[in-house]
Amino acid sequence: MGALAEFFKGLRVTGKVMVDTVVGDGLVTTQYPNEFRQKPQRFHGRHVLNRYPDGMEKCIGCELCAGACPARCIYVRGLDNPPGQPVSPGERFGFVYEINMLRCIFCALCVEACPTEAITMTSLFEMSTANRDDAIYTKNELLMRPDGSVPHMFPDDPLAQHSELETADGWLRATAPSGVAAYEGVKSWQGTPGSANWDPEPTQDEIDR
Amino acid sequence: MDGVDLLIVIARVVVVFVILLGTTVLNVWIERKVLAKMQNRVGPKRAGPWGLLQTVADGLKLFFKESITPRKVEYGIYVLAPFLAIIPAFLIFLVVPFGRPFTIGGHEVILQGTDLNIGVLFILAMSSLAVYAVVLAGWSSGSKYPLLGGVRATAQAISYEAAMGLAMVSVVMFSSTSGDGGTLSLAGIVERQAGTFADVFPNLSSIAQFIPRWNLIPQFVAFVIFFIAITAETNRSPFDLVEAEQELVGGFHTEYSGMRFAMFQLAEYSNIFSMCAICASLFLGGWNGPTWDGSLPAFISGVLPTFWLLVKTYVLFFILIWLRATLPRMRYDQLMQLGWKRLIPGALVWLVLSTVVIGIRQFGLPWNSL
Repeated sequence: MGALAEFFKGLRVTGKVMVDTVVGDGLVTTQYPNEFRQKPQRFHGRHVLNRYPDGMEKCIGCELCAGACPARCIYVRGLDNPPGQPVSPGERFGFVYEINMLRCIFCALCVEACPTEAITMTSLFEMSTANRDDAIYTKNELLMRPDGSVPHMFPDDPLAQHSELETADGWLRATAPSGVAAYEGVKSWQGTPGSANWDPEPTQDEIDR
Repeated sequence: MDGVDLLIVIARVVVVFVILLGTTVLNVWIERKVLAKMQNRVGPKRAGPWGLLQTVADGLKLFFKESITPRKVEYGIYVLAPFLAIIPAFLIFLVVPFGRPFTIGGHEVILQGTDLNIGVLFILAMSSLAVYAVVLAGWSSGSKYPLLGGVRATAQAISYEAAMGLAMVSVVMFSSTSGDGGTLSLAGIVERQAGTFADVFPNLSSIAQFIPRWNLIPQFVAFVIFFIAITAETNRSPFDLVEAEQELVGGFHTEYSGMRFAMFQLAEYSNIFSMCAICASLFLGGWNGPTWDGSLPAFISGVLPTFWLLVKTYVLFFILIWLRATLPRMRYDQLMQLGWKRLIPGALVWLVLSTVVIGIRQFGLPWNSL
């Protein structure tokens, strides 16, 4: 008899799910591509090369990202800054910067390795191309424009989500770039052109309150 | 029998064929949508409005696919098996009455493919024929998974057919309690479920007039047994071990592709609809239902019985989908145990009980009338 009661309880569960999905708001399916989901803060999407607010590139061509990449998909060649018109604050800048998106595993180790927060990841993930050559992103497609907007590979495509490229700010690290634990949770990224769409994370006191 | 009668017969058969094909296409869509909603997702929604053309798209896809014939098959039987599956599936629906008979210009038209006076027996015979298709498909495929699947499916079908037949016999026995005597014809069984229980128990008519005279109430156990049996006959969850991808790849239809595979799927969904319609006719009163004969135009109250039958059939179909969404699959030995050790003895006991009750009502208590 207990089995019979369980049977009806099971029927009730699926029945309730159906009623909630049809007349309530139990449906969790996002009707892509008519609606898009809000990505989490640290979503590993397409890379972008950042600039400082004054327009200089952050990348100093140190090739640490290429060294850290487990899939070996980054190719960097640095060049000395031309004396009169420095591209980046520092001695060198990234002259050739290419990422092969077909090999990238989107692990964000390059983002962790970068000392200047030059390379970060946005929340854009729709990167399909029609041939293999188009999938090698060069500095043209990766580098942020001086006004802070980020180029999209197919800007005229009706499904292109430009808003997903605007989260190009540096990510908040658990500690400061110096590694001092005292700065944990303190907003410590350097400002980049482009919108930042989140507030600083709450400190431990605010969470406890 | 003159030309008009012949034309009426042909029209009835064509209508049955069209109804079966049309509702099968609709049923696949209904099942996918309802099952999806029960699983908190949306079903097909891109092909046509609300995904209605999805079945058509799938059918077209299968139509254009190559019917690959593996090398080790027994070719004649391999080609024959899909037809053996689909022919009984279509024939079964011939005896289901899907509306009230009417008269046009002196000719009586029954809304049934054919009114066999052995309708119930014909249904059992057709479902037994469909078993051949499964075992022959499985065996002729020349590979171990289809063979296992085919043999298991056959054993399952045979076991539950016995329970199905016994439940139907209880209903046939019960149909003898009304004035015209017992009948094996489905149309007769449906007609005996007209009206309410006030006709049978006039002294309780204040309550009984709201209870329709369906066989569901006096033959409740037979209904439960029959419903479980048709779930197993049509290989629906939780009895779908034989076609579960996780178990036997595809079971008996693994080696079939293209249109031959489509035949098996078509046969399966046609069977589901036919069996639900038969269950509705046997137990839920078939096309009986309020028709408000005086107050509605004749056309509408003529179509209303068909509408009631469709409502009842689709309620049963919905319950089948609900079971599929809810219950985990039964293991093969649990399945056989349920069939042989629980359903068949249960059906036998119920048959004996109802026969005893019918006999007492008809002849009085045995120690009184001797």
